[in-house]
Amino acid sequence: MYGKKVKLRAFFILLIFLSTALTIFLIIKALEENVVYFKSPTEIKNLSELDSKKIRVGGMVKKSSIKTNDTEINFVITDFKNDLLVSFKGSVPNLFEEGKGVVAEGFLKDRSYLKAVKILAKHDENYMPPEVNEALKGKK
Amino acid sequence: MLNYFNLNNTMFLINRLRKFVFALFIIVLLIGLFEALILSPEDYKQSDSVRIMYVHVPSAWISLGIFSLISVLSFGILIFKNKNFSLIAKSLAPSGLLFNIIALVTGSIWGRPTWGTWWAWDARITSMLLLAIFYLMYILSWRVTDDNDKAIKVSSIIAIIGLINVPIIKFSVDWWSTLHQPASVNLLKDTTIHSSMLVPLAIMTAAFALFSLLIFLMKYNTELIKIKNKGLDRL
Repeated sequence: MYGKKVKLRAFFILLIFLSTALTIFLIIKALEENVVYFKSPTEIKNLSELDSKKIRVGGMVKKSSIKTNDTEINFVITDFKNDLLVSFKGSVPNLFEEGKGVVAEGFLKDRSYLKAVKILAKHDENYMPPEVNEALKGKK
Repeated sequence: MLNYFNLNNTMFLINRLRKFVFALFIIVLLIGLFEALILSPEDYKQSDSVRIMYVHVPSAWISLGIFSLISVLSFGILIFKNKNFSLIAKSLAPSGLLFNIIALVTGSIWGRPTWGTWWAWDARITSMLLLAIFYLMYILSWRVTDDNDKAIKVSSIIAIIGLINVPIIKFSVDWWSTLHQPASVNLLKDTTIHSSMLVPLAIMTAAFALFSLLIFLMKYNTELIKIKNKGLDRL
């Protein structure tokens, strides 16, 4: 149906595409450590050595763990296996709430305590009107 | 199918189609904005700021869709040496870049109050920025050289390499931990957006698609005029 040249070109371009895709896949695979935006409390616990560099930890804000005083806010990040205590001075974003996702950026003091310099809220993929949320709560 | 052996005929058809698409775009956009800003409910957590979604998400979809289309056409350009494909691909790029930038900017505006930051170097946002760079490279590759055959080859290769980035953008939120939340609209899994919010999302997507089609027709028409001015009456 198609000429020999067309077939050859198709094969050649496909080969270039596949080899580039594979190369990029391998590079990203090797850099996986840096591609993730944050680490979980479990990964922090399993760190072989503590880094003095800035680090991001993400997970859920543990239920009823938020304590605020005049200057500081303290809460616990959990991935439901391990916990990490976070302290932070400053204002938190609108969606920061217990039981919801959070990413804290700061410096590790030890494997279970992070002094945060920035708090980011990570919201989930659910969108609904307030009345639907109320109805869902009622069902549970 | 367009009869591209007769340029005047094709241009006449494009002009008529353009007026029709423009009218349709205005109507669908007005309905979409009315749905998105007035009729749709506010979100249980984000209240009114959820409305940015009706611009942000369709823009991201359209920019990804157009780039994929350009890449697929580029395979055709390189393999079958189809000149018309290269005109189509070239004319598609500007609106793709536009919606890519809109997605990045609205995402930034949305991120500030909800996440607490304008920008995060997470996998989704960074790969979306990379798509914008690929769009820029693609558009520039048509301009840096006067040799049209060379431009066709270089731009097609850029589009084909850029195609690798498309699945990375789509699955970045599943493969790695990102600040960006996972997809809400899914074909295989359950969709996690309430139906009352899905309606304006779909209408706005249709409006943006029509706008892209409109810009495409205008650019394509310009390309045809260029060919006509060169004194060629066919491709």
